[in-house]
Amino acid sequence: MRNYSNVIAAYSIMLVLIILVGIFQSWSIALTIMNYCLISAVMTIGANIQWGYAGLINFGIMGYTALGGLAVVLVSVDPVKKAWQVGGLNILACILIIAAMVVVVRYLLKHFKKSKIRNYSIASIIIGGILVLNITATPGIEAIEAIDPAKTGFLGGLGMPVLFSWVVGGLFAAGLAFVIGKIALGLRADYLAIATLLIAEIVVSIIKHEEWLARGVKNVIGLKRPAPYEIDLQTSDWFINLVEKFHSKKLSLISSAIEKQEALNQMVIEASSVYVKLCFTGLFLTVVVILLIVTQKALYSPWGRKMRAIRDNEEAASAMGKNIVKEHLLIFVLGSAVVGLAGAMMVTNDGLFTPGSYRPMRYTFVIWVMVIVGGTGNNFGAILGGFVVWFLWVEAAPIALFLINLFTSHMPETHALKVHLIESASYFRFLVIGIGLLMIMRYRPKGIIPEKIIKQ
Amino acid sequence: MMDILNALTVLINFTVIPALAYGSQLALGAIFVTLIYAVLRFANFATGDMMSFGTMFAVLLTYYFQTIGINFGFLPTALLTIPFAIIAMISYMLLIDKFVFSYYRIKKSPPVQFAMVSVGVMFVTQAIIRIVIGPSDRRFIDGEKFILKANEFKEITGLNEGITLKSSQAITVIITIIIVSIMFWFLNKTKTGKSMRAYSDNEDLALLSGIDPKKVVMITWIIAGILATIGGVLYGLDKSYRPFVYFNNMLPIFAAAIVGGIGNPFGAFLGGYVIAFAEIFLTYAYKRFMSYLLPESLEPDSLLQLLSTDYKFAISFSILVIVLLVRPSGIFKGKTL
Repeated sequence: MRNYSNVIAAYSIMLVLIILVGIFQSWSIALTIMNYCLISAVMTIGANIQWGYAGLINFGIMGYTALGGLAVVLVSVDPVKKAWQVGGLNILACILIIAAMVVVVRYLLKHFKKSKIRNYSIASIIIGGILVLNITATPGIEAIEAIDPAKTGFLGGLGMPVLFSWVVGGLFAAGLAFVIGKIALGLRADYLAIATLLIAEIVVSIIKHEEWLARGVKNVIGLKRPAPYEIDLQTSDWFINLVEKFHSKKLSLISSAIEKQEALNQMVIEASSVYVKLCFTGLFLTVVVILLIVTQKALYSPWGRKMRAIRDNEEAASAMGKNIVKEHLLIFVLGSAVVGLAGAMMVTNDGLFTPGSYRPMRYTFVIWVMVIVGGTGNNFGAILGGFVVWFLWVEAAPIALFLINLFTSHMPETHALKVHLIESASYFRFLVIGIGLLMIMRYRPKGIIPEKIIKQ
Repeated sequence: MMDILNALTVLINFTVIPALAYGSQLALGAIFVTLIYAVLRFANFATGDMMSFGTMFAVLLTYYFQTIGINFGFLPTALLTIPFAIIAMISYMLLIDKFVFSYYRIKKSPPVQFAMVSVGVMFVTQAIIRIVIGPSDRRFIDGEKFILKANEFKEITGLNEGITLKSSQAITVIITIIIVSIMFWFLNKTKTGKSMRAYSDNEDLALLSGIDPKKVVMITWIIAGILATIGGVLYGLDKSYRPFVYFNNMLPIFAAAIVGGIGNPFGAFLGGYVIAFAEIFLTYAYKRFMSYLLPESLEPDSLLQLLSTDYKFAISFSILVIVLLVRPSGIFKGKTL
């Protein structure tokens, strides 16, 4: 038990901080932060599997997150039948052409020796394929995008339940990770970082600009949710009764019936948004707990020991007969799948898919800071990192604003410096995160909750 | 004959000139990345933001100079501010090196740790930039905007198509050539430059032969500061200054450095142009070009565009992926100076 005392202490502090936000700002904000903390925690679990277990540096987290989000759109949105009628065939043909290209290239790679002729033929197949794709796709895409462009203009999804899309998001990300892993895992650590960063950028730019797929930068709004809607709650009797019971003391103080009704309405509206967020919190918490149990089991299993051995000394592990390439690929795929799941969760939570918002700063580097700050190689640490860093990321601006006002209180309201600082208060989050990362790397390089090596 | 000339003019105006300017800007950044990689041995993820930091000083000083009435004739005032911006940039870099990077260098940390530290530096630099100058888009070019206007060109040559040469483009190419030649002369001919190359080749041997590592590191940051500031200012003059865009520019710059063979300055120099030309040639719509070459009956209906311009960045990254697959050490063998 004593081993876990610092873990428990760290998590309690975090919980108290979030409760403080609830008391001082509002419960709705506190729950929003909590939900995002949980989503970040899932992402950090994924990144930690790759970096902490196996020492693989993956700066492509943004790409998997976006792909997970795409899965929500493709699975849960109702299909646009008209679009399928006018352009579905073209798109299917394109998918077939791509598949054929992949098969042919693979066949060439497998059955012919490395030579100039092989390289040129592969190049010509790819270029020719792109030209053919252009010709087949263009009329279909134009037709699809012409259908009610303000609302649809895309193929739509399968109309399945949104929770199923979380699994699909994980699978999508795993598939992408398999391809990237095949290409890039042989590279040195910092090459791998750059390559994954750039490949993620390619993925996001495809999602952004292929509007027939998921409306691109026009965004998809009004996605399904696995929780009730606020408006339904506000009109259902059991919920109003519940709120009335909950606030009965406060309500009994109000004498006039009309005022009572108004106060109750206000409470119901507030309570409905809190209730919906609580539903999400419950769902996300379940996911985090399940993942934590599974990853914790894996980390201390023979497989986890093997991964750590490979991480700490590749040559020795290889000499012991471990297949490093295969294990690296496996862990790359597993970690990315978890990140994809988190991406799907995030889009579900927001209820909208905005490809324009995927930026490496927010979705790659911040996640990495979370893993490093929390504790690499320790799942509890990684999750804590997700909580701490996300909390700072959100609350840095209000705290900075408070401090600026405190230190410039002697200045007049119109002082240029004061106005400028208040305007740029939200950028202090970068400063806090950056200095936090540098401090942790310098003085506590293993993170807040460092990895524990259990000797057997 | 006239048709061929017209077609060529179109091509030069819309692809070659912009690609040369953009390539020069990328090349300066790529040499910066490659120098840090060769001597200090890490991938610097703060590249884009360091360039942005230097440019920020140039922008602020330009505004200041404009208010007190100093200008540079027909050239942009920003060119006058470059030396001051370079000094600010170098002092910032040396400060960062002293308080952040030197600790890990002495500890001989693995390159991955350096890369993570540079991510921290990236956050801090970005915060400073946004707090000081804000995230908005700024144009700070003044003086003569064009050297050659399309109409003038048409009058002189009598062609249907014109060539527009912006002064920022000409300045970019000329300054890049000057700076890069001085840098290669320095690296190859002077004693300090040779000691830098020796240090990058084999650290232990260099130390044994009495090369002062502190001096090498300092000189590297100074050269890096010069390249970063000039590259950043030239990009800002040609397009505009926006912190977010500078951060994103890190990606094609990395691609250029790796395509050219990371650690090889000459490779990085060429890599910049490879990336720029590929981006622009693959996303250019050849309709107008072909309409001069083909007989009227064959005139194309479509834009004849290989890929939409939205995929500009994606192209440079795909080139990078291909290079990594086929020839991981880059077009020119990398890793040493």
